[in-house]
Amino acid sequence: MTTDEKTTLSTLPGERRTPLLRRLTGANTLWIGLVLLVLVAVFGAIRPDAVFQVTTLQFLLAETAVLLVLSVGMTFVIITSGIDLSVGSVLVFASVSSAMAMNAVSGGDATNAGWGVIGFGLLVALVSGAVWGLLNGLLVARAKIPPLIVTLGSFGAAQGAALLLNNGSNVSGIPDRLNRTFGSGTYFGIPNIVIVAAVVTALGALLLSTTRFGRYTYAAGSNEEAARRVGISVRGHLTKVYLLAGTLAGLAGFMGNAFFRVAVVTGHETDNLNAIAAVVLGGTSIFGGTGSALGTVFGVFIPAVLEKGLVIIGVREFWQPIAVAVVLVAAVWLDQTRRRARNQR
Amino acid sequence: MSRPLLEARDLTKSYGTVEALRGASFTAYPGEVVSLIGDNGAGKSTLVKCLCGVEQPTGGTLLFEGEPLTLGSPNDARDRGIETVFQDLAVAPDLDPAANMFLGREILKPGVLGWLGVLDKKAMRRQAAEHFTRFGATLQSIDVPIAALSGGQRQSVAVARSVAWASKLVFMDEPTAALGVVQRERVLEVIKRVRDEGVAVVLISHNMPEVLSVSDRVEVLRLGRRVARFTAAETTVEELVGAMTGALSQEDAA
Repeated sequence: MTTDEKTTLSTLPGERRTPLLRRLTGANTLWIGLVLLVLVAVFGAIRPDAVFQVTTLQFLLAETAVLLVLSVGMTFVIITSGIDLSVGSVLVFASVSSAMAMNAVSGGDATNAGWGVIGFGLLVALVSGAVWGLLNGLLVARAKIPPLIVTLGSFGAAQGAALLLNNGSNVSGIPDRLNRTFGSGTYFGIPNIVIVAAVVTALGALLLSTTRFGRYTYAAGSNEEAARRVGISVRGHLTKVYLLAGTLAGLAGFMGNAFFRVAVVTGHETDNLNAIAAVVLGGTSIFGGTGSALGTVFGVFIPAVLEKGLVIIGVREFWQPIAVAVVLVAAVWLDQTRRRARNQR
Repeated sequence: MSRPLLEARDLTKSYGTVEALRGASFTAYPGEVVSLIGDNGAGKSTLVKCLCGVEQPTGGTLLFEGEPLTLGSPNDARDRGIETVFQDLAVAPDLDPAANMFLGREILKPGVLGWLGVLDKKAMRRQAAEHFTRFGATLQSIDVPIAALSGGQRQSVAVARSVAWASKLVFMDEPTAALGVVQRERVLEVIKRVRDEGVAVVLISHNMPEVLSVSDRVEVLRLGRRVARFTAAETTVEELVGAMTGALSQEDAA
């Protein structure tokens, strides 16, 4: 290293910062974004007629919206070096309890219910998600039980509770008005459900990257002891992070109701793994301390694009999980190598 | 000499049946560098932990500027302008130096944004840069994660962070232990500069020549008690070692 590379800090703030280009190329997010772009370009080049069709893209986005909301919450949890296996079950619980609550206040069938009932259903979904999240948070932060075990427990418990609520069957009677506007409606060609997911993601990204809450999330995952010694209430913060993940799972449940017009009790068993894969693919370290919400967006769409793309170009869709697995393991391996190189200094 | 800034009288601390401190006393005066030395197991680290609020002593009294003081947590000490550089640094490796310096003391944007918890990163970077310059920390860049810095630079950040917030007293537990010659000199310079700004420094070190070169006074702990106090200019390494090993003791020190 030559001496002129070292800038003493007496220079002006603007000159001291790493150039934008170098900051961008140093970030995982950029590379993951490029991977996604390349995938879209390759599938698009092979079958432009099928890929760049409004309905194809609309469907791709709408189907991914629910997973995206789950993954935003998961991003916060993983940055604290935690994990949340319960998101899919909490989604089911919130979806079932919200649908049943809407039916209950509409005399058994909410199909023709108005906005008041829909608002109540949303509230029930958010609160039931929040309660599970709070329970996870308290057990992780106060009782000091490893998050893997806590959320494995609530993964089973929330699913069981959802089945108990309606004797194991799906709940129908979702208000038509909810499905027409929010579930299948579009705004300038973009499905409304996607707009909601995009707004949630944008808010999550801002919360993570610009606020004190986000800063403490990174600090708790980077060095919990250091955070504690500077006077941050790490326990309180972890509780809030799991609460946030649970509440978003509740919202995701409500979005599912709107989209599918029924609260389904099955089909969400691997949501947790899909969300974790998306977050890790997006460059968030499974060891905590680093990551971004934008990366998670890319991470959500890579598996989705692979699945749709492989079907369109006529490759058997069974290749999709294999392709995702390879990318996922490679992403973690890369992260680990980088950390090892860094810690040797 | 003036009134002591921080005075500990007959502190005891036991962990189960182990007595780490057996009536240890300690005094720091305003604007001085006082070294706390002792052999391994003499109780230096325990004493420092009791004085900066990480541990609570089992018995004894603390006086701060003449007033009795109880430290329930590190925050209590921090509120009084007492900071600590821990031996294990305690920085967040994934955050950049500015973020580490302001960790737990973030500056928020004015107005509604601040009320929403939005950070004023620019102001923090600028102030951090000023502090680092003042305390001689040379960093290639202020926005890379701490983990990308060398051990010595990490150490400078930890030291700069503590002295930036300390208005009365800084504890430094082995701040030069992992450093090369140049960086060691730099940390010692920082210690003197902090002292010259009127902040007292308590240095814990095993390096006797270093202790003598930077301190105004030296206090020696042995088996959980203060056994000797020296004025640095009037003592020698032999005397210090004698006091640490028990070959020499002063009647009035305890």
